[in-house]
Amino acid sequence: MDTWKRFKRNRAAVAGLVILAVFVAAVAAAPLLTSRDPVTQNLEAVLRPPSAEYLLGTDHLGRDIFTRILYGGRITLVIGLLAVAVGLAVGVPLGVVSGYYGGRVDLVIQRVTDMLLSFPNILLALALVGVLGVGLQNVIVAVGISTVPQFVRLVRGSVLTIREQTYVEAARALGAGDRLILTRHVLANALTPIIVQATLSMGVTILVAAGLGFLGLGVEPRTAEWGAMLGEGRNYIFSAHWTVTFPGLAIFLAVLAFNLVGDGLRDALDPRLRSQGLSGAGAAAAEGDAGAGPGARAAAGAAAGAGAGAGGGAGVGASGGGAGGAGGGAGTGS
Amino acid sequence: MKGTLQYITRRVLTSLLALVGVSLIVFIIVRVLPGDPARIIAGLLATEEEVERIRVAMGLDRPLPVQYWDFVTGLLQGDLGTSLRTRRPVLVELVPRLKMTMLLATTGTILGSLLGITAGVVGAARRYTRLDYLLSSGSLVGISMPVYWLGYMLIIVFAVNLRWFPAAGADEPSSIVLPTLTLAAFSMALVARMTRGSMLEVLGQDYIRTARAKGLAERVVIYRHALRNALIPVLTVIGLQFGSLLGGAVLTESVFAWPGMGVLLVNSIINRDYPMVQGIVLVYAVLVVLLNLVVDLAYGWADPRIRYD
Repeated sequence: MDTWKRFKRNRAAVAGLVILAVFVAAVAAAPLLTSRDPVTQNLEAVLRPPSAEYLLGTDHLGRDIFTRILYGGRITLVIGLLAVAVGLAVGVPLGVVSGYYGGRVDLVIQRVTDMLLSFPNILLALALVGVLGVGLQNVIVAVGISTVPQFVRLVRGSVLTIREQTYVEAARALGAGDRLILTRHVLANALTPIIVQATLSMGVTILVAAGLGFLGLGVEPRTAEWGAMLGEGRNYIFSAHWTVTFPGLAIFLAVLAFNLVGDGLRDALDPRLRSQGLSGAGAAAAEGDAGAGPGARAAAGAAAGAGAGAGGGAGVGASGGGAGGAGGGAGTGS
Repeated sequence: MKGTLQYITRRVLTSLLALVGVSLIVFIIVRVLPGDPARIIAGLLATEEEVERIRVAMGLDRPLPVQYWDFVTGLLQGDLGTSLRTRRPVLVELVPRLKMTMLLATTGTILGSLLGITAGVVGAARRYTRLDYLLSSGSLVGISMPVYWLGYMLIIVFAVNLRWFPAAGADEPSSIVLPTLTLAAFSMALVARMTRGSMLEVLGQDYIRTARAKGLAERVVIYRHALRNALIPVLTVIGLQFGSLLGGAVLTESVFAWPGMGVLLVNSIINRDYPMVQGIVLVYAVLVVLLNLVVDLAYGWADPRIRYD
């Protein structure tokens, strides 16, 4: 309950939640808000500017941009949700195993994670789409996999701390098996940073997926998807800027909303971060485009007061510090 | 000192290992790609014998470990293969593009860092004021904005309406202004958030209280005492940001038709020019690994308190 109270007091976070609610409601009620079809062409109404008839104008094939943004929002939301689900499904177990068991398994997982973290998300997703081919399913997998390293890093960091807690020791002394300890104690306590990172990752996955669509490497052509709409509109930017302006605005608002809510959640769930003035630094590490090699994690750890000066391994930075330092570079690409 | 040397040696060795790993991953990925490279080169109308001849000529009929060995020895001699599309060596095609990407990433990082550090310091010095709130909101907007959209908005305002700068290409010196602004916006937002957080952390330290207690002017406290220490983690992020912009500039390059490596990568993926894709990913990987190494070593140099042993 305290969490919700704290969240409510954060006006920016509430604004984010409102934008998100409007966005979800509009997307769900698309057939009620528009009678037009998102893919049907109307060559008699090509590139019409915004008007009472066409609220946000029409594109080069006479399709209503308002309608396409509404229906496109469904795809965007699905891609965001499922991609983050892929990231969680792969990243969380790997992070738990890596942090809880340590040793050689940890070493291998961490080296691979390090390597993947060095690449901006968009580049990783691009390379994967290059291998898998275009299409909705492949975009979800590619974008999802590109978020895996961040979750591995974050969960591993949390598990390393939780593993040493007395309640875990007590559970073990009581004869609890690894599986019970991992699910009941370790994972349950690592949930807070995972929720925050998942929310922030929604913003990142939407940006990356739209980026792929923009480059023509996203969902199938014809599909109303915000990034692809922007990509198609680019050829008409000199004569019909609305083909680019409004899809871009939609992407921007959706990502901003997720970032606001994510920031708000972090502050509400872990008030210590805010009181120490660390949320900015942590967020920068979690959301940013920084390639987040070992140095970046050390840097994030340093900003989070995780002992940069005194810490033995700041430069090596393998454990990445506290909550603030745990986020990897969720490069949205530039 | 011994510890430092050991650390550097270990770090260089792990970087080399990472490079071997990357080369292996790229090698495997290209081999599992759908589509037979020999068939792609021969063309759809070629007979099976012709395809087989090309396969033998390319060494694709030999065992995978042998192929990997050839691939690596080729790499060490600067042979990244031949582009399927232009039939020219990948390296020859790649180098001029890499230079353009480097140029853009450099200007973008410099501008973004300067603006970002300034915004971060001002925000921290005036924390929880309206100005801080405004700057923080600006950073969040910068992080949330699709760069390709920002690029087009800049084109609409500065190229179409005001006609101050060219909208695309790299023919004139002023062509670099708009892509640089686009890249810098994201970089700036990130650096600003990082600087603000780091500054607030440092401003809470005892030595800052001591400096204030000595009666030093706030300006001296902020710039001489706080900023120097706060910048260490920020510089690390800037270094990595540069690497990230090298790879992440794909979208910006695409918006402005900037003849860089990102545009080449996208076109190569669309044209299924696998040797080119392989070469570009490898070059990115090498750059990123090297940059990480430099940043890690520089981190210790910038903050001598860090011990490696």
